[in-house]
Amino acid sequence: MKIGYYPGCALHGTAWEYDQSIRKACEVLGVELEEIKDWNCCGASSAHILNKTLSVLLPARNLALAEKEGLDLLVPCAACFNRLKAAQKKVREENSYQEAVPIRGDTKIIHINEFFCEKEMLLRIRDRVKKSLTGLNPVTYYGCLTARHPRVTGMANYEDPQGMDCVLETLSVKTRPWSYKTDCCGGNLMMTRVDIVKKLSGNLFSEAAEAGADCIVTDCPLCQANLDTREHEIAREAGRTFDLPVFYISELIGLALGIDAGQWWKRHIVDPRGLLAKKGLM
Amino acid sequence: MQIHGELTQEPAWVADLETESGIKVSACYQCKKCSNGCPVVYAMDFQPNRLIRMIQLGLKEDVLKSATIWVCASCETCSTRCPNDIEIATLMDYLRQAAIREGKVEKERNTPVFHQTFLSSIRKNGRVHELMMIGEYRLKTKDFLSDLRLGWEMFKRGRLRLFPAGVKSKGEIEEIFKRSEREERR
Repeated sequence: MKIGYYPGCALHGTAWEYDQSIRKACEVLGVELEEIKDWNCCGASSAHILNKTLSVLLPARNLALAEKEGLDLLVPCAACFNRLKAAQKKVREENSYQEAVPIRGDTKIIHINEFFCEKEMLLRIRDRVKKSLTGLNPVTYYGCLTARHPRVTGMANYEDPQGMDCVLETLSVKTRPWSYKTDCCGGNLMMTRVDIVKKLSGNLFSEAAEAGADCIVTDCPLCQANLDTREHEIAREAGRTFDLPVFYISELIGLALGIDAGQWWKRHIVDPRGLLAKKGLM
Repeated sequence: MQIHGELTQEPAWVADLETESGIKVSACYQCKKCSNGCPVVYAMDFQPNRLIRMIQLGLKEDVLKSATIWVCASCETCSTRCPNDIEIATLMDYLRQAAIREGKVEKERNTPVFHQTFLSSIRKNGRVHELMMIGEYRLKTKDFLSDLRLGWEMFKRGRLRLFPAGVKSKGEIEEIFKRSEREERR
């Protein structure tokens, strides 16, 4: 099985362990990733905030490159996924963009939470699991951009997504129920209004703890960075201890598949090794 | 928060805005679902439903000068839940661009600076280099002390890449930027 791969800027930087865990897991699962050659930044939030045309043309160039490969496109970053889907929709609906970046607009754009929970992938995971992750009590956190707007993302259960829960069930993990799967962590305001970020993310930590979770599992590199980097500060200011490591779903898949994950854990600010050792997972 | 000073109404604005943006603001009947679901409403000067009413009334000046349009986190909860299918988050983008074009950014001035810095990073390399982008933003906003410790914690763990990896076809990226600027000036 071969699929196109668009890592995006975060996975080449702050979210390197997300990229690595996806690549390693795919290797074990018999999925060949073909990275799109010479891909560019999707423009993220900044393009749609400042320039509508740019917010379509930047992702559209990547779609044109992907079309040349003629493969479906796996996009692990929630923001990239959202922007590529939105641009594809715009180009399909409005002819004016076709002149600048001519594309057919028929590439299937797939996010991690859809990809790993497809039946075929779940079967492959189940057959290759080396280590059951029983004992972990995570909440799944999807954030905004793979869920909304459903007209763009195409997600059916956009108020209560199930993709990661499904995968975790296959890894023998029972997720804790909570109502904050798609509540905003404030990632968009990461650099400009840290006070808002701390309030929104702080709320997520409190609710995750309240739900009895011992970790958070996500599939968005912006949410992961936002939560992981602010957790200690938020706890300190609230006079609490959370100690909730924030995992990428692919890291846990990798761990269950028996992949050496040591390099990934070192990069987390909230060190997950204590929790994993306590659960006998490393 | 009170609308400041005298009311300057531009009743024709709604129609222009609807044509240009394709967003049917006049469909709003004030159910307040947008404001009830908004995670950042507490930090806004005008709640989203109120901002929409102000647009309907042609209060252009107050809308474009508001903090609301910059505080919005683009989480799309409002647009998803609006019973009249008003794309409120996209409307915020339209208003932000209008505010910049017409020189009306009064509050939250660092936010457009951040996004401009982000885009200039893309323009240079075709991809965003986080470390350089953040450095440039701190320089532009003369804020050298925020998050130094956090930056160090991230650097130690190898989460901030030192050297940028760029796109080879830089000309194509520049062409996209030039075209987008031309289009938006129209």
